[in-house]
Amino acid sequence: MEFMSVIVFGLVNSTILALTAMGFSLTFGLSGVANFAHGGLYLFSGYVSWMLLNYLGLPFALATLLAVVVAALAGALIYRLVIMPVRGIVLSEVIATFAVGVAILELFRWLGFVTYEFNLKPFIKGSVEIAGVAVDYQRIIIIGIGMLMAAVLWYFTHKTRIGLALRGMSQDEYTALSVGIESDWAATLSLALGGVLAAVAALAILPLGIISINIGYEVLLIALAVTVLGGLESTAGLVAGAFVLGYSMTLTSTLLGPQWMEVVYLVAIVLVLAVKPSGLLGRSKELEERV
Amino acid sequence: MIREPVLRVSNLSKRFGGVNAVYDLSFDLYEGETLGIIGPNGSGKSTLINLITGFVRPDSGRVIFRGKDITGMAPDKIVTQGIARSFQLVRPFYNMPVFKNLVIPLFSPRVRKSKGGKYGDRGEVAIHLLEEVGFERDSNVPYKTAGTLPHGYMKRLELARCLSLDPDLIILDELFSGMSMSEIASILPLLEKINKEEGKTLVMVEHRLKELFRVVGRVIVLNFGAKIAEGAPAEVMEVEEVRKAYLGSEVEAGA
Amino acid sequence: MDRGIKVRSEDIFAISSMREIMYLALPRAAVIAVLLAFPLLKDLLGHYWQNVMLMTCTIALLALSWDLLASVGLVSLGQAFFFGVGAYMAGFLSRSLEMTPLFTIPLATVAGAVVCTLVLFPVLRLRGIYFGLITFAIPLLMMRMIEATKILGGTEGMSGLPPLPDITIELYLVITAVLVCVFGFKRLMDTDYGLVLQAIKDNDRSVLASGINIQWHKTQAVFIAAIPGTFAGAFLTHHYQFVGMPAFALEYSILPLTSVIIGGPGTFAGAMLGAFILVPLSELLRAFGTLRVVIYCAFLLIFAVGLPEGVFRFIRRKYHQFERVVPMEEAKA
Repeated sequence: MEFMSVIVFGLVNSTILALTAMGFSLTFGLSGVANFAHGGLYLFSGYVSWMLLNYLGLPFALATLLAVVVAALAGALIYRLVIMPVRGIVLSEVIATFAVGVAILELFRWLGFVTYEFNLKPFIKGSVEIAGVAVDYQRIIIIGIGMLMAAVLWYFTHKTRIGLALRGMSQDEYTALSVGIESDWAATLSLALGGVLAAVAALAILPLGIISINIGYEVLLIALAVTVLGGLESTAGLVAGAFVLGYSMTLTSTLLGPQWMEVVYLVAIVLVLAVKPSGLLGRSKELEERV
Repeated sequence: MIREPVLRVSNLSKRFGGVNAVYDLSFDLYEGETLGIIGPNGSGKSTLINLITGFVRPDSGRVIFRGKDITGMAPDKIVTQGIARSFQLVRPFYNMPVFKNLVIPLFSPRVRKSKGGKYGDRGEVAIHLLEEVGFERDSNVPYKTAGTLPHGYMKRLELARCLSLDPDLIILDELFSGMSMSEIASILPLLEKINKEEGKTLVMVEHRLKELFRVVGRVIVLNFGAKIAEGAPAEVMEVEEVRKAYLGSEVEAGA
Repeated sequence: MDRGIKVRSEDIFAISSMREIMYLALPRAAVIAVLLAFPLLKDLLGHYWQNVMLMTCTIALLALSWDLLASVGLVSLGQAFFFGVGAYMAGFLSRSLEMTPLFTIPLATVAGAVVCTLVLFPVLRLRGIYFGLITFAIPLLMMRMIEATKILGGTEGMSGLPPLPDITIELYLVITAVLVCVFGFKRLMDTDYGLVLQAIKDNDRSVLASGINIQWHKTQAVFIAAIPGTFAGAFLTHHYQFVGMPAFALEYSILPLTSVIIGGPGTFAGAMLGAFILVPLSELLRAFGTLRVVIYCAFLLIFAVGLPEGVFRFIRRKYHQFERVVPMEEAKA
């Protein structure tokens, strides 16, 4: 049964990774901004939802919806206030967003959001047996949400007018200008959408355990690992990266013990960047011109 | 007596995304020669230079320089072998004073080796070189930031960088582009001097055919990455294929 | 005018009178004097501020290391890597060799720098954010590896390591190290070799076409930059007589980075100044607990977004303006 559990939990973990990285990847793909505040946004939406549920006593659906909207606003705000003044200076973008992310996380730590009472309830309690392996409903829901979001994401970037325009823009600003999209507006949107995806991921995944600050840092690293592994721009790459990483983590955890799980994605970042910086599916950015 | 070529390019090919940028190209280059490489836009001229100088790795074929196989060698190693090149799009070190731009190549292993360890005041050597390529003597231009130079001077700076490396072979990628007629006229004697007096072999990729033909003794014409003609400038322009390739695309074709 | 003089004249024109020598030398001399006098004031300042000084110098060293890397275009988000490697190397060496710290610190510094250079060698061709990413991941990876494999003392770390003779010597050691790095790095960047390093950052295509091996120069730069970092680690290991996983903590990456951003990158003096602003300030804020980190981040944001030139360039500009005013007043007198 060990084998089956690796297969099943590998699938679950891979979906979790894909979902976690999706917001980061989308923002990067659409506007070229590496949003290091991704982990901050992720945890922020979790806490917002918790506060809406517990302090204001809002119904679940409303709290969830509001949390997503707030995350989108936060993303847009990050762009407008922090990234826009330093747009184009990649290092400053990274430092600024990283600072925002760490600030959000550490602020919650300081406010004392670190105890066991901070947890979100699963959508449906209980579990089901798949091929002899017990899987709770929440994880199954996560797989559903993950597949749905991947499909939506793909449809948005490949089939909708606006998605195509945004993608074109990340390649060539002039093309995008000719379809009438202003660069700053597009980037704001990409950050907002990144926020939405971070929130969706957080609200689906956080019920699996308690909310803790360190998850925020982990989320950032996972997002980096998955996107680096899959190559930094395509949905297919993202899914492939998540699966490679998800199964290697599950396998490592089963064979060597759970303390090795984090080693896996950190090694993945280091190895991929050292050996094939364009990622597994990345097209030939293979330093064609060796400069 | 059969002369050994300085540079032998044999069956060189490179594809970019399914398109032949350079296809099965071979030619020899002899010591002290001046060779022009021409062809319509996108005919693979710049790729050819990148292949020879190591900036792009060829898919197949060989580049032999002075009897040594330099195919796929790193660009800086190729410079050390004795090939210097200029770029079509000049990119000096914008934030440095002009003369300090030349301190960089003067610091290279090739120069340090040939001058024997310490190289004295590199700044002073740099100023000399700048004068040689036509920077006015005793002006303050060499001390200005390189980014503020007019285009023509940036091109001269590129040329000075090549010369500073004391190469055996100099490859100039569209040196004349963006230069005025008078600027070109002032640089022609210099090219002649480099070739005749200092005995350096010269390869020039150019669009400005009329000016080019005053310098080079032999021309290779490329189209779609392949050699379509080779010979003395006047002969080459008589070839039917060359005329066809250039028809309508080049203004100055009738040299 | 003789061309040789003209070439050099940019550097010497100011030194034409005693007053101008003072004008140039005074700020430097003042900084050196204050720093060297600091350890002598131990009765006045007490143990607490001496420790703050040690921490300040440690962060200053890591910030200087960052600035040197940045001058070849390598942006590090993980200075903790250098620090941690130096720290563990010192712990390991003094455990296995049982020698005095005055021997293990230099040894750990050099050996640590070699290790860091070897680890980073394969990724030196990466540029911009990619290099940053990898340096961000490596210290975290080191932590997890030590945790998972339980080598080098595992989560417990190594304690009971031999101490340094006394606090005055410790202070002089780090203060000298900081001064050597600030002035040494500045001098290095003014040489032709330093010019090549800057050129690599500027435009690597032209450097290649100049026949210079970029990879090799970057490797050398990493080695030089690693030295202050590993030294800081080795030093603090013997100061605390302990080394453990916190040596790779995020703090040792964020504090130096924030210092450089506050002081202004590219000047070395800025990196040092930033550390001397940030670390004492963060000590004063100790009462705020983890809110301190939020405050660092606020600093990072304010300076990275609002004042990218940094405090040092700002002050230097003001100082030069001040100088121009002086002759006017004299003229009146």
